[in-house]
Amino acid sequence: MNRRNKVRNFHQAKWDEPVIYEISNEGERGILFPEIESEIQKIVGDGISKLPENMIRKQPPNLPELSQMQVLKHYLRLSQQTLGADLNVDIGQGTCTMKYSPKINEKLASSPKLSELHPSQDESTVQGILEVIYKLDLFLREISGLDKFTFQPGGGSQAIFAMASIIQAYHDSNDESEKRDEIISTMFSHPSDAAAPNVKGYKVINIYPNEDGLPDIEALEKAVSERTAGLLITNPEDTGIFNPKIREFTRIIHGVGGICGYDQANANGILGITRAKEADFDLSFFNLHKTFSSPHGCGGPATGALGVTKEFIKYLPVPLVEFDKEKYYFDYDVPKSIGKVRSFYGVVPAILKAYSWIMSLGSDGLKEVSQIAVLNNNYLLKKVLEIRGASAPYAKGKHRIEQVRYSWEELYQETGVTTEDITCRMVDFGFHMWSSHHPFIVPQPFTLEPTESYSKAELDEYIAGLKKVVEEAYENPELVKNAPHRSVVHKINTDSLDDPARWAITWRAYLKKKNKTL
Amino acid sequence: MKKIGLIVNPIAGMGGKVGLKGTDGIDTLAKAKSLGAEQVSPERSMKALKSFVSLRHEIELITYPSDMGENIARQAGFNPKVIGSIKEGKTTADDTKQASKDFCELNIDLLLFAGGDGTALDICKAIGDQVVVLGIPTGVKMHSAVYACNPMKAGDLVALFVQGKVTELKEAEVMDIDEEAFRSGVVSAKLYGYLKIPFERRHIQGMKTGSLPSEKYFQEAIAQEIIDDMDEDYLYVIGPGTTTRSIMEKLKLDNTLLGVDLIYQKKLIDKDLNEKELLEHLSGKKAKLIITPIGGQGFLLGRGNQQISPKVINEVGVDNIIIVATRQKINSLNGQPFLVDSGDNELDRKLSGYVKVITGYHESVVYKTAF
Repeated sequence: MNRRNKVRNFHQAKWDEPVIYEISNEGERGILFPEIESEIQKIVGDGISKLPENMIRKQPPNLPELSQMQVLKHYLRLSQQTLGADLNVDIGQGTCTMKYSPKINEKLASSPKLSELHPSQDESTVQGILEVIYKLDLFLREISGLDKFTFQPGGGSQAIFAMASIIQAYHDSNDESEKRDEIISTMFSHPSDAAAPNVKGYKVINIYPNEDGLPDIEALEKAVSERTAGLLITNPEDTGIFNPKIREFTRIIHGVGGICGYDQANANGILGITRAKEADFDLSFFNLHKTFSSPHGCGGPATGALGVTKEFIKYLPVPLVEFDKEKYYFDYDVPKSIGKVRSFYGVVPAILKAYSWIMSLGSDGLKEVSQIAVLNNNYLLKKVLEIRGASAPYAKGKHRIEQVRYSWEELYQETGVTTEDITCRMVDFGFHMWSSHHPFIVPQPFTLEPTESYSKAELDEYIAGLKKVVEEAYENPELVKNAPHRSVVHKINTDSLDDPARWAITWRAYLKKKNKTL
Repeated sequence: MKKIGLIVNPIAGMGGKVGLKGTDGIDTLAKAKSLGAEQVSPERSMKALKSFVSLRHEIELITYPSDMGENIARQAGFNPKVIGSIKEGKTTADDTKQASKDFCELNIDLLLFAGGDGTALDICKAIGDQVVVLGIPTGVKMHSAVYACNPMKAGDLVALFVQGKVTELKEAEVMDIDEEAFRSGVVSAKLYGYLKIPFERRHIQGMKTGSLPSEKYFQEAIAQEIIDDMDEDYLYVIGPGTTTRSIMEKLKLDNTLLGVDLIYQKKLIDKDLNEKELLEHLSGKKAKLIITPIGGQGFLLGRGNQQISPKVINEVGVDNIIIVATRQKINSLNGQPFLVDSGDNELDRKLSGYVKVITGYHESVVYKTAF
């Protein structure tokens, strides 16, 4: 091992592991159940015939048939073929807030005290978890300045969808929802801020950024009208630039009778520093799986914690969790509720982990999280800008909040090496690098977000990785263009990724599509 | 094996740095040379060729002699098939036209050319849209949309094409400006037609991004949005372009791609109208005008749609202008605002600032316009 190397001599395991259905052997079993003893059989019968007819499967499910050891090996091999926050310096997945999520919280969440609960239990038997839900609501009220939270949305986009539903319900109650059919957002807001209201039936107007990367007041004024239903906006945006005129935005929207929804999915740089309330928002949400460490998995388990001001509590999904000074209870008496956006009360393990994370840090700790996240980001910004071919469009010479959307455009112009090529080469050193939400307004984009969890040494290691790949791009671009060389897969043709005829996300879909093409 | 025809216009771009606004015609070339202009086209072409030279064994490269392609192709590492004959050092527009025709007869899969609007127009005149074409941008005037945004990208796109990864084509505008008039300060741009170019799909990685539907999809979405919102009391003036054409196609109406058409209550009133005819139709009636940015530089007015004159716009009213554009078109401008050059400064000023642009079904953006 050469200790002077800042970049590891990494090589990922490559198992060439088949899909589990392909290694299935008919009749192979992980567990062989013993015959039912006759005493038991006398009392309950065969255990199946007493089930109602309509609950008995006519055909057994098509599950893979394997012994325990085969299953264990299969998943261990797959796990060796991944990268992730527990394994590598995972700061390349910008906008996702990849941080360390304490393992003790995982233990708490997987404890039978929680995992054995059933959502249909009587509330008197689940006072503990209701207290956790209620108190997390109180914490988030303090953090946002808003008046009530629900944890029912199972992710950020669902929280945005719920906000769009609330906006519609509000205008409905004023007999204005037909006239007000437009939602305003910005290009650098999360794309779901436009997509979710669109699904709700709204026409969405997106504002392009100005030279500084910010939406202009004049552009907003062009977008608003008597048809405006509301504003759904991310701040700070994906560029890591905080919109300093955000109060002016809410003033203009309120001025035309619209409702303001704040996308604070990623609030990692602003905890204890700025709040939805002071920016005069009516609705807002946090992703517990980003800022609040629940953690950010590959798409879950997630929670979009949705908060509202007093005036909008009556529209929230049911049930709300309340406390009458003696006991915690479900409140279904929400007069203009938008109904449910998801079954039951939300992703309870995520709620518990976020609660525990906040409890362990306290209010000073939360503020420190943001301060360190911002410090880390600005250290990284300085170091990235020293790399040949890298740039950070917009807000030149200024600090950023928690992340930065960078560009490899200069590198591309000089070497022909693209963001995609660099991503593929970075995995050869055990790193991940993500590009951008679509559309690619920033050319050859990449987005880094170091969060508070990473040490200076780790940030330096990532920088060394970028530098190494850039050196290669200038000296031997073919090497980078044909990467990865030391990963699970080598250079692959990515065309099939967006061809529905050629990809499948389940085995069943795979068989269906394969047979069709045969 | 793909057959690629290569045309390098060796003198393209020469007029640029010496301020001649173009290099069309022999006299201008002589003047450019006397002002010390150097060739830029070969060097830029080389960049493009080098981007896909690693695929040379999968390509049959056909080109014209000497500085119309042969020299550069050999320098880049290709072993091209050379056909035709030229007067070395004295190539003209006719050579470009002849080469285009010759290549077409050999059933090429792609015509790669290095030049500017003049070269694009020559190709368009010679062979129309019978083969797929791609421009390496090396000219002075580049109002057309047939070029990749830089030589390297042109090369990358050729590589994708050769590997069979280009599954979609796109119609791109061929525009040209009368250089003589331009030199004396008058811009008179004309939309001459469309060439088929490979459509570059973005290959996006990462679980948080899906790739975008095609430009055609968005054009149809835009058309649906417009049609849903059509007001029975208004005449609709439909400007030139493929995005506006999609409205006519969705309504199953006959139309002109390069001209201005007029509809009322979803029926065609008249097509390919000039300014005078438009004014006659519009007089005293309520109307809306639907336009889309034309060409590679994002001109909303004054390039390729001069029929829509300041008088026509005043008749319609600025508030009744509906702008449509696909996201791809907007993003290809790299943040540059839309441009207006209507011929009336006051009107240009009125139209500049932020404008609303319909980009899809129930989707629009607010984008900057300048003059």
